[in-house]
Amino acid sequence: MSDFEGTNLFAQQEANRRKSRWIVAAFILFFAWLGFGADAILYFASRGGRSPVPWQPGFPLIGVVLTAAAAMLIYYTRRHGAEKVLWATGAAELTDPRTDEERRLANVADEMAIAAGVSRPRLWLVNDPDPNAFATGDDPAKSHIAVTTGLLGTLNRDELQAVLAHEYGHIKNLDTQLMTFLAALVGSVLLIREGMGRFLFYGGRLGGSRSRDRDRDGGGGAGPLVIVLLVLWVISWILAPIVINVLAMWVSRKREYLADAMSAQFTRNPLALASALEKIESAEAPTKSIKAGTAHLCIADPLGRPLSNRQGRLADAFATHPPMALRIARLEAMGHGSAFRDAASPPAQPA
Amino acid sequence: MSTVILLVIIAIAVLWFISAYNGLISLKNQTLNAWKQIDVQLKRRHDLIPNLIETVKGAMNFEKETLEAVISARNKAITAVAGANPQNVAGAAQAEGQLTGALSRLLAVVESYPDLKATANVGQLQEELTSTENKISFARQMYNDTATQYNTRQQQFPTNLVTGMAQAVPAQLWEITDEAERAVPKVDLGFGKRS
Repeated sequence: MSDFEGTNLFAQQEANRRKSRWIVAAFILFFAWLGFGADAILYFASRGGRSPVPWQPGFPLIGVVLTAAAAMLIYYTRRHGAEKVLWATGAAELTDPRTDEERRLANVADEMAIAAGVSRPRLWLVNDPDPNAFATGDDPAKSHIAVTTGLLGTLNRDELQAVLAHEYGHIKNLDTQLMTFLAALVGSVLLIREGMGRFLFYGGRLGGSRSRDRDRDGGGGAGPLVIVLLVLWVISWILAPIVINVLAMWVSRKREYLADAMSAQFTRNPLALASALEKIESAEAPTKSIKAGTAHLCIADPLGRPLSNRQGRLADAFATHPPMALRIARLEAMGHGSAFRDAASPPAQPA
Repeated sequence: MSTVILLVIIAIAVLWFISAYNGLISLKNQTLNAWKQIDVQLKRRHDLIPNLIETVKGAMNFEKETLEAVISARNKAITAVAGANPQNVAGAAQAEGQLTGALSRLLAVVESYPDLKATANVGQLQEELTSTENKISFARQMYNDTATQYNTRQQQFPTNLVTGMAQAVPAQLWEITDEAERAVPKVDLGFGKRS
């Protein structure tokens, strides 16, 4: 490891670990707020003696349940997040290379494992003609790298090597740890939101019809407060997945530059990655197998969003990847620097 | 008051000493590990070669010299690598460099036997050899990077005060000794010939 990689790598790992801790804390606190908020709403709503739900609110049951559920979700996501992500893309593990392409992939992965100094991750294939690749995993020692069949068919050996080296860079950075976690969280929250939506719909119908009759008898001066709390609670419930998505994008954009640089460091061939990125960019988008939640794990935006090509605060907040042209330009600048130049490629003879 | 300051200074010095010593030990072991990695890949190559020779021998009756060059280079390399370690790299580097040269000459000759090339075995073997060459060169790269870090740390002040106690010795880098690999192609721009 050179000093360049040493200083940036260490700082990056620390930053990723810190972000992971913050996200865990924010996630659990958010659910606690939602849960205890719901309890407060129910408490105020039932102060008149009529409870909109089948039990009498006193002990903050929902708060405790949601906080415990959030903690369990975090634990479960940490352990099984990678499998979920891979399952969502329909990836198949490459355990026994048969074709020349598969053998080449396995060999190139082994070579890069040596260059990167990490153990070789499990390899997966996604059946999709659009070239793309992503890495996922909870622990650098137990990671996964997936490539699309389109990637295997489009790139030559050096370019494939460069793309894999980029993914190894993410694994070494602990980017995969953080981003797998986020991807799995996004998926879980969306699932829960759907479930809770149904619960609220049926529960609200029952509660609303009952309390409407009795409120006319002089129910609660807590009425407006309840409504305000309820509205806030519903808004936050809708906002939660959006916030998580923005978080996911925020953590990822600048990572790509570092992973590109690490790829150049591992292969000593930045032009190979530049050439690979050009091929990936010019291929037909989108990669249908890779859904939005896992977009930030890939080497190129699988949805081919035009926002990715812009710079500035707004694009930084919502785009998953930096502009491809800029990534290629940086790599070419590295490549044409004297440190990586091959011995004398002869200049073209003038006619 | 001054004893407290003195104690604090001593405590800081001791802590620094421990971390410098441990840092050197860690790098020494990383260097050794990287060296072993090269060893593993070199052995892989040594083991692949007999297989390759067997596969091409039948079809390449007129290329006995090339084949024998590979076999003898391999045997020399095996003995050279057996006695090598991070403080004694040059012999192994040279022997392996010569083996690389002999192998590439053999593979270049194989190119001129299209029937042989078309055999599935040869294709697979070529991929295996390419992959092994790459692995050797990446292992070598990793070793050189780690060894450079180790050497730099040993030379930097104040860590260089600790090297004796840590028994830290500079590690040699794995240089390219095969002249063919280093040779810069001659470029003739033909200024004199232009009319």
